[in-house]
Amino acid sequence: MTENNKLFGILVPIVSVILGLIVGAIIMLFSGHNPIIAYTSLWNGAFGDAFTIGETVRRITPLILTGLAVAFAFKSGLFNIGAEGQVIVGWLAAVWVGLTIDAPMIIHLPLAVIMGAIAGAIWGFIPGLLKAKIGVHEVIVTIMLNYIALFSTNAVIRGVLTDQSTTTERISPTASLASEWLQSLTFFSRMHYGILIALFAAVVMWFLIERTTIGYELKAVGFNQHASKYAGMNVSKNIILSMVIAGGFAGLAGAMEGLGTYGTISVMSGFTNLGFDGIAVALLGANNPLGVIFAAVLFGVLKEGAGEMPTGAGVPTELVDIIIALIIFFVASSYLIRWLLLRFKKEGDK
Amino acid sequence: MDLLQSIIPTVLFYSAPLILTALGGVFSERSGVVNIGLEGLMVMGAFVGIVFNLAFADVFGTWTPWLSILVAALVSAVFSIIHAVASVSLHANQVVSGVAINMLALGIGIYLTKVWYGKGQTDMVDQPFYTQNLGFLADIPIIGPIFFKGVYVTSYVAIILAFVVWYVLYKTPFGLRLRAVGEHPMAADTNGISVTKMRYIAVILSGALGGLGGSVFALTIVSNFSHSTIVGQGFMALAAVIFGKWHPLGAMGAALFFGFAQSLSVVGGSIPLLQDIPQVFLLIAPYVLTILALAGFIGRAEAPKANGVPYIKGSR
Repeated sequence: MTENNKLFGILVPIVSVILGLIVGAIIMLFSGHNPIIAYTSLWNGAFGDAFTIGETVRRITPLILTGLAVAFAFKSGLFNIGAEGQVIVGWLAAVWVGLTIDAPMIIHLPLAVIMGAIAGAIWGFIPGLLKAKIGVHEVIVTIMLNYIALFSTNAVIRGVLTDQSTTTERISPTASLASEWLQSLTFFSRMHYGILIALFAAVVMWFLIERTTIGYELKAVGFNQHASKYAGMNVSKNIILSMVIAGGFAGLAGAMEGLGTYGTISVMSGFTNLGFDGIAVALLGANNPLGVIFAAVLFGVLKEGAGEMPTGAGVPTELVDIIIALIIFFVASSYLIRWLLLRFKKEGDK
Repeated sequence: MDLLQSIIPTVLFYSAPLILTALGGVFSERSGVVNIGLEGLMVMGAFVGIVFNLAFADVFGTWTPWLSILVAALVSAVFSIIHAVASVSLHANQVVSGVAINMLALGIGIYLTKVWYGKGQTDMVDQPFYTQNLGFLADIPIIGPIFFKGVYVTSYVAIILAFVVWYVLYKTPFGLRLRAVGEHPMAADTNGISVTKMRYIAVILSGALGGLGGSVFALTIVSNFSHSTIVGQGFMALAAVIFGKWHPLGAMGAALFFGFAQSLSVVGGSIPLLQDIPQVFLLIAPYVLTILALAGFIGRAEAPKANGVPYIKGSR
């Protein structure tokens, strides 16, 4: 049975992705497009040349981190819808440090990155505290905090970082993650060193969860709060810690955008969607660090490749959003896929 | 006096979509299905409302906006069945399914807009809702000019619907069953109430009301559809559900209050006392207040007991 579960654990996401792509193709057929040409141009849009590959990697970087942010909280039974807000405050904090502090790179860059993580962690601390101490559901609090982050950040950009303008100055080069070497390698794409930080973060999560007492307690709280309490664990502390670390990951994702991709922060009319995509990434990656990396790569490729679909096949980029939403549905409704797989298996046994 | 006359119609105008959508949320959550997808249902409603209006304005003339919101409600109701199937029949995580609904609705809306109109946003509709004076009510001294002059009829439709929903939920057997399913599905099941059926009905009703809310928003406030038509109104409606303690009239009150906060950030510049308050505080007020309400500073908000828990027959 356990072996079966493991097999299902791998099969469900794969089947979901395939189903998502098939339904996407059907939608294209209905709207009068050629799915083969569309998927080919999607592929070219993601891997066509060195430049697009660089851009794809740049797209994957924050997705890994927001995926980790959602997955980490999931491990303790918490649903972090607030990755979105944590990304925004992390982005703001990192750029703020990048703009205002004057220091050599060896201090400036780590400081900016860490401040991004800390800002995200604080944004995660609030729902963690409310959940742990008063039992307020973290989903609602994090949703509300997303909006508070969005509007407050816009106000800070307009009123504090600039004089009523919509984009800040570029951060000083000593705080930048951009690398001339990576850029020259990829025809001046915006690829930056952040991918290394993202991969390292995945290792950190794996190590924390699988190899430390802290991780063991976090998981135990996720499985059964009462049993954990009975075993002498501090449930409140673990809930808060889980949200703080999750927020830290999301804050890092924001720092990657601020210090690597853009080098600035602009007034946002809506969400970055990095946080919401992180939910999809975590879900598809089964909340496992390695799975999160794979899922982030898949969604990064889909999203970057989508940019090529309007010119290559006349298909609007939003098709990819539909496909991602469908994949989430299929994974979330894994009951259906399990049932279908079992059906097939039984038929085969006869 | 002039102040009230400028604020109250704006409040009603901004609140109507929130009230309608929040009522949908009340139905769904009272039956035990968390509906983060309200935002997506509003997007779908706004999209369908605008497209129908653009396509049939010549045929139906001044009746177009009314037919548009009905069609939008219908399509969103059908669309919400996806959420019902996933979260009721397939025991999916309801929050995840709701997030997917949000992504899917926006994806489909913009995709079809681009396929049909060849650009990221539709044209402006010819037949939106217009403000009007409500007959003899507008002639009542003092009250008339404040409440019934230059308002949208849809605002009053929303308020009346709130009372209808309250009656349905609290005074009819159907409402009792719906609430029972959300509080203790096993007990309800034992008494012969079909949990699945009740939850499907509740989710579909939330779809219809969300669609109504979205289309009313689109046809009164923005008049076209693009990716930025509905940005957060659904989540604000969700906040209204919670702030209103999962009660239809409470949700209406909360929605009116949020509408008030929103209208202050719009007309606040002309009010002497509020000119000095930075706009950002008015923008974040609804969200901060919701968190405070949940934290128990403004009376504790208690969710329906079985909210978010899939009901699996035979399990305890």
